[in-house]
Amino acid sequence: MNATIPANALKKKDFASDQDVRWCPGCGDYAILSGVQKAMAEVGAPPHQVAIVSGIGCSSRFPYYMGTYGFHSIHGRAPAIATGVKLANPELHVWVITGDGDGFSIGGNHMLHVLRRNVDLNIILFNNEIYGLTKGQYSPTTEIGHVTPSSPYGSIDQPVIPARFALGAGAGFVARGYDVAKELSALFVEAHAHQGASFVEVLQNCVVFNDGIFEEVANKKTGSDHHIWVKNGEPMIFGKAQDKGIRVSPKTGHLEVVALGDGITEDDLCRHDETNVERAWDLAHMEGGLTAFGVLYRVPGVAYDAAVRQQLADVKAQKGNLTMEELLRQGHTWDV
Amino acid sequence: MTATDSNEASGEGQTVTREELDSVVIRFAGDSGDGMQLTGSQFGATSALMGNDLSTFPDYPAEIRAPAGTTYGVSGFQVHFASKDVRTPGDAPDVLVAMNPAALMVNLPQLKPHGVLVINTDAFTKANLKKAGYEANPLEDHSLDAYRLLAVDITKRTLEAVRPHGLSSKNGARCKNVWTLGLLYWLFDRDPAPTTQWLETKFKKKPDIAEANKAALRAGHIFAENTALPNGIHPYTVPKAELPKGTYRSIDGNTAAAYGVVMGAKLAGLPVMYGSYPITPASALLHHLAKLKHMDVTTFQAEDEIAAVCSAIGASFGGALGVTGTSGPGLALKTEAVGLAIGAELPLVIVDVQRGGPSTGLPTKTEQSDLLFAIYGRNGDAPLPVLAAATPGDCFHMAVEAVRIATQFMTPVILLTDGYLANGAEPWKIPDLDAYEPFPVTFQTETENFQPFAHDPETGIRRWVKAGTPGLMYRTGGLEKADGPGNISYDPDNHQAMTTMRADKIARVADSIPEAVIEQGEATGELVYVGWGSTHGAITQAVGQLLGEGHSVSHIHLRYMNPLPKGLERLLRGFKQVVVPEMNNGMLDKVLRAEFLIDAKGVNKVKGLPFQIHELVEDAYQRLGVNHEHSNVIAMGAE
Repeated sequence: MNATIPANALKKKDFASDQDVRWCPGCGDYAILSGVQKAMAEVGAPPHQVAIVSGIGCSSRFPYYMGTYGFHSIHGRAPAIATGVKLANPELHVWVITGDGDGFSIGGNHMLHVLRRNVDLNIILFNNEIYGLTKGQYSPTTEIGHVTPSSPYGSIDQPVIPARFALGAGAGFVARGYDVAKELSALFVEAHAHQGASFVEVLQNCVVFNDGIFEEVANKKTGSDHHIWVKNGEPMIFGKAQDKGIRVSPKTGHLEVVALGDGITEDDLCRHDETNVERAWDLAHMEGGLTAFGVLYRVPGVAYDAAVRQQLADVKAQKGNLTMEELLRQGHTWDV
Repeated sequence: MTATDSNEASGEGQTVTREELDSVVIRFAGDSGDGMQLTGSQFGATSALMGNDLSTFPDYPAEIRAPAGTTYGVSGFQVHFASKDVRTPGDAPDVLVAMNPAALMVNLPQLKPHGVLVINTDAFTKANLKKAGYEANPLEDHSLDAYRLLAVDITKRTLEAVRPHGLSSKNGARCKNVWTLGLLYWLFDRDPAPTTQWLETKFKKKPDIAEANKAALRAGHIFAENTALPNGIHPYTVPKAELPKGTYRSIDGNTAAAYGVVMGAKLAGLPVMYGSYPITPASALLHHLAKLKHMDVTTFQAEDEIAAVCSAIGASFGGALGVTGTSGPGLALKTEAVGLAIGAELPLVIVDVQRGGPSTGLPTKTEQSDLLFAIYGRNGDAPLPVLAAATPGDCFHMAVEAVRIATQFMTPVILLTDGYLANGAEPWKIPDLDAYEPFPVTFQTETENFQPFAHDPETGIRRWVKAGTPGLMYRTGGLEKADGPGNISYDPDNHQAMTTMRADKIARVADSIPEAVIEQGEATGELVYVGWGSTHGAITQAVGQLLGEGHSVSHIHLRYMNPLPKGLERLLRGFKQVVVPEMNNGMLDKVLRAEFLIDAKGVNKVKGLPFQIHELVEDAYQRLGVNHEHSNVIAMGAE
């Protein structure tokens, strides 16, 4: 259904618009924009067959910077608008750009339903754990205790864990990356390949209102000791010295971080299984300051829009075309 | 009403003398679970098939099954059928069918003097009487002596009739509405065959239930035929009405609006994407459209009202006709998104089936109180066209109009109907579809010098670009756009120009709609009633009566609420008094005052019920200074 152009025919710049990018200098959004443009060139979907739908917030300005179709809509509603776009025009590759406030505060309800319905959309959540465009209030992903203009004595809101929300909603594709990761564009390619709703959380640095909160995880020096890129079928090893890993705790049955050595070998580690939802749940929020990146969960499923089209075709095949005249004359009629 | 003649009809082997009536109003009333809606609608459908003109009015509580026997659980269905032109479900009923004491308690005050009262005596138990608030049994204390009472042990007789079909007594007793229908069919000379066929279809998979109901229908019919009717009650007949020639069907407003949307989409050459969230009384729009998948209709039951309208907007961006339907509280939720469609200059049709407000208000009761909200209720300067259907059948035509204006002017359009139109049924002459002029949409495809927000200098309308078209990639949204290229613009002059352009574009819709006309009465005079929406029937009949009495009264009925039709001001200025009957606390009168500086007055009713004809007639008498004696309207055949 979705047309593609031979590899290498399209370049990253084919997906850029003529508008100046107006994010703050140093904003993580630039890297994500670049990652998406690169992924699209790689996928080979021509720009006119791509539609990007966003809500409101810093990240939602994204469509203006893409040389594709774009709809910068209203706060929180991008998943609903994108669903309509996809239902009307299934040939389009539809991407949803949202933030932690847009997607999980005002738009939380739509996020739940677009994921459980499994509409074939690629949803990128820019998570900077703060409200940027309204100047720094705490968001639904802000850690407890965080001091912001609206929480001068520290936030007391329990934060949501987006990847767990997505898993709970029944999403068939849940992945995570961070803004400056070189692996990011490959992650978007994977999201695009998935039939159905793909949810990609990207940890994104806000240089103005929440600078450095992901520093430990994303920094080149320290990152490899605080994050792991999981790959399907491979043992979960990480650390600069590849000296740490994740195993199933013999006590709790849940995943835990362990140091290799002292009788623990690579064979004791868990191999990542993308189809195991319990393991994905654990990976979504590991204890001990470890953040898991990569495709946490992936199972095939029937996309909602495909099922809608199928049902339309089935009913048409079964009942044939009905004219307006026939419709109005169905049931009891009488002549005067 | 009154008997006009008598004729003889032959029943099975015996000759029955029937009194001929020109018009009868029957109200069926019972518990929510007594099947009154079904009974009333069957009586109406049969009468339509027999050639009567008619109008029906379902009146039911919001609770699906309110506690049995209570007054607030009473469900009613009024049928007005006649051999003459019928525009309303009738003021007071000639016949009241009360299936229990609560139904009697609620409805008896409306029954005409000497009206016929059919009562199920089996339901008049001590407990039911107490629940309804009766201290004494009205069947025993002579309080019903002023009526023509037909008291029958309906439940017992129904159980006897269905016994051979092996139903439990609970299921058997549920056939009592159909037994009662049989009785009334005989009394009013109705053919039971259509209902028999309907029962066979409805209970195709439950033949025992179908047979039991058919037996009940027959038994009620036979009972009426063989029983000695009480003094003053005769067999009646209501001859066919003289209607314009054509093929007719029965239609309610929700069905007509749904079909009108599909018709409009066909004329525009577009598929329909209907996004909706269930809400009373608009849900049936979704139900009807969901069945039409073979007519290029996609329906999407969204997670909420906002998602519903947003999905429709997304669909329009993608090149389909985005449509959503709702009622007042839902329209409130949709407003921000409607503003987005205005700013993005995308077509969108919103059907608002109005109900009583504010807030949840009266979900199952009718009202016209969303008018100002529809015209003005958005943030910013956000004008859009607002249309209003006048009758159930008119919902079809006005839905076509909504699609035409939305697609031709690249704007959201609100079509107002209401609970009374949505649920009320009338015989509808199937329109000549070939008479509708197609208005095919041509999407922009030329890429040269493409500007997504280039506006036609004459009309202020931009071309519709279907997302997915090669070479026309563009970005849109809720931020103000530069006139032409459509990029984000904070330029002061641009916002001024775009705001003016959006307002002028909507004002120009007036060039494409019919001019205002006087529907009844002279073009100038003492008093004009200016109505809109579902008050059409009551105003028409009231003004008809007043004109017949020689009074200077006219009637203008608006179907286009914003912009108002051309020529309206000139017409209004021809009358000394301009009066707006509305089922709200005064809205159109405010619009007329604001637009024309005319001293419009209101006649306002917010009881969840439509206007009655006599209410408007009496209003006119007062305004015209006519001394009149109260006409003592007594029930049909009572002289």
